[in-house]
Amino acid sequence: MAAGTGSGKTISATFSPVRHWLLMPSWLVIGFFLLIPVVLMLIYSFLTKEFRGGVIWDFSLAAYDQFIFDRGLFGDDPPRIEWAYISIFLRSIGQAMGATVLCLLIGFPTAYFIATRPAKTRAIWLFLVTIPYWVNLLIRTVSMKFLIRDNGPLNEAMLGLGLIDAPLQLINTNFAVQLGLFYSYLPFMVLPIYASVERYNFAFSEAAADLYAPKWTILRRIVLPIVKPGIIAGCILVFVPSLGAFLAPDLLGGAKTFMIGSLIEEQFKGNAGNWPFGAAASMILLSMVLIVLMFYARAQSRDQT
Amino acid sequence: MTPAISLSQVRKDFGKFIALSDVTFDISDNEFFTLLGPSGCGKTTLLRLIAGFEDTSAGTIHLYGEEIENLPPDKRPVNTVFQNYALFPHMNVAQNIGFALKMLGWSTDEITSRVDEMIDMVRLGEFAHRKPSQLSGGQQQRVALARAMAPRPKVLLLDEPLSALDLKLRQQMRGELKTLQRETGITFIFVTHDQEEALSMSDRIAVMSAGKLQQIGSPNEIYEFPANRFVADFIGETNLIDASVTQVSGRRVTCKLADGETITALAHQDLQIGAAGIVSVRPESLSVTPTAPMGQSLTGTLGDAVYLGTDTQFTVHLDQSLELKVRMQNGVTDGAKLTAGDPVFVSIADGAARFLVD
Repeated sequence: MAAGTGSGKTISATFSPVRHWLLMPSWLVIGFFLLIPVVLMLIYSFLTKEFRGGVIWDFSLAAYDQFIFDRGLFGDDPPRIEWAYISIFLRSIGQAMGATVLCLLIGFPTAYFIATRPAKTRAIWLFLVTIPYWVNLLIRTVSMKFLIRDNGPLNEAMLGLGLIDAPLQLINTNFAVQLGLFYSYLPFMVLPIYASVERYNFAFSEAAADLYAPKWTILRRIVLPIVKPGIIAGCILVFVPSLGAFLAPDLLGGAKTFMIGSLIEEQFKGNAGNWPFGAAASMILLSMVLIVLMFYARAQSRDQT
Repeated sequence: MTPAISLSQVRKDFGKFIALSDVTFDISDNEFFTLLGPSGCGKTTLLRLIAGFEDTSAGTIHLYGEEIENLPPDKRPVNTVFQNYALFPHMNVAQNIGFALKMLGWSTDEITSRVDEMIDMVRLGEFAHRKPSQLSGGQQQRVALARAMAPRPKVLLLDEPLSALDLKLRQQMRGELKTLQRETGITFIFVTHDQEEALSMSDRIAVMSAGKLQQIGSPNEIYEFPANRFVADFIGETNLIDASVTQVSGRRVTCKLADGETITALAHQDLQIGAAGIVSVRPESLSVTPTAPMGQSLTGTLGDAVYLGTDTQFTVHLDQSLELKVRMQNGVTDGAKLTAGDPVFVSIADGAARFLVD
């Protein structure tokens, strides 16, 4: 706003000789550890598989072909869609969406609560939100497995209280996977929403009440639209890693809840894998994520005008 | 006639802090009423109690005879113009103005025509589809006004609505607000800490300090007959001098200053000889002359003179501890003939001094 006014310019000018280099470390890290591996995967996905893992440097569309078509597009028979992998993919999207919705339902009230505390106590609440992150994700997921298994503490407690007659089948279900993902990524939902609610000017809510809006209408028509960027950021931060997750599906879901992350993981693990196929699945996953982000960016720029 | 707002024994506590106590007064229908006081005096709290954003700790509030202090803000037929406008940033001007009408369940046609009417009223025709962030401060102010007036509130509450504008715009808006109030006939309750704003716009002013009502009256009454030291000091400029009563004749008292000289002043209430208090005299009702004038005058030494354009302000030392500010119009006097250190005579315009018990 006040770009180029007196003191502001002088202070930012202090760094001007080196300013262009400030981003260099980030560029190097991203270049080496993100860009190069992704390009490598893109190349691998178009190569021929080596039977004990690895690749043969011959161009081939076999990996993508195998993902989409039964018996291959170039075979003698007319091509048919192979649903096995596509359904794994769709299931992953479903699971990730379930986890995102769970996170939103629990995360929004939590973030709203924290943001409306007195400034002094907010830091304590935020600190509490991050506490689960002190424990390794694997440990947390394994302990959840113990909690919700057939004769685990949760079922025992519900049986003891007489809420249920027989143990509930919780482990190895879609719900268990969503619960695991929700638990893993909840803070990613809480923090961005907190940041936008904290900036929200509650005079807007007072103005709406003054202009005859009842409480729920204020939430729906004033609060939610204004804090929407935080909600969308939270949803992306939960949805994207949930889509490619393999720890929670592996530990909490059974064979029926096989997800895209696990499929990819298998292709690169041990000797049985198929590197080009894994790379192709990764590329398809990546393009899905990019499409989601593109919609988000378009919605953002539309809001700005 | 039922008063627009009737406050009775209103009290508001925030924990141990008493924000308002014992506030009792009426605001008439059609009145431009101002709550005036320094920050922290409770004026905004009182406005928020009337709007319904805060609950009263004790007392009652009636709106045209109906008790409202237990109603939530969305059930009270009063609207507010907020200090920083609080325009909804995701809605354009027309949507902001139409919001309350939508909430009240008006039909689309009714909303459209009322919104158009309001947009014309505040002369924002070409901006109807802009977002608040694309408007200047003055334009935002007009939108806030139009939004609050669109549902035809019985009482309009204005919380320092001009404080975010620059001086020129502020002066212009004063006139517009006053005109708007007279044309619409809506009761305005205007909160401000700016005495000039209050004096120039209000039918009546309530001066508040430390959570208590100090005085209610027309701008003229408040200025000419301040009820106490706080009001005299807060409204305009004044000289406050400790004094004690030596002679009483009705409301006219003769009082003795610390340096032994006497002044005749008007008092608010009946006083006994010997009563202690303060004399308040406005600088503009004093004049300085090099020679003794006719009638009452005080003697002193001229201090510095400050040139203020139309006026010059002189400081006169009566003795070591007492000094008076005197303001005289330039051209009327030969201020140039007076130099610092000269012995001078200060005369008081007839009936200009006030004796205040506190």
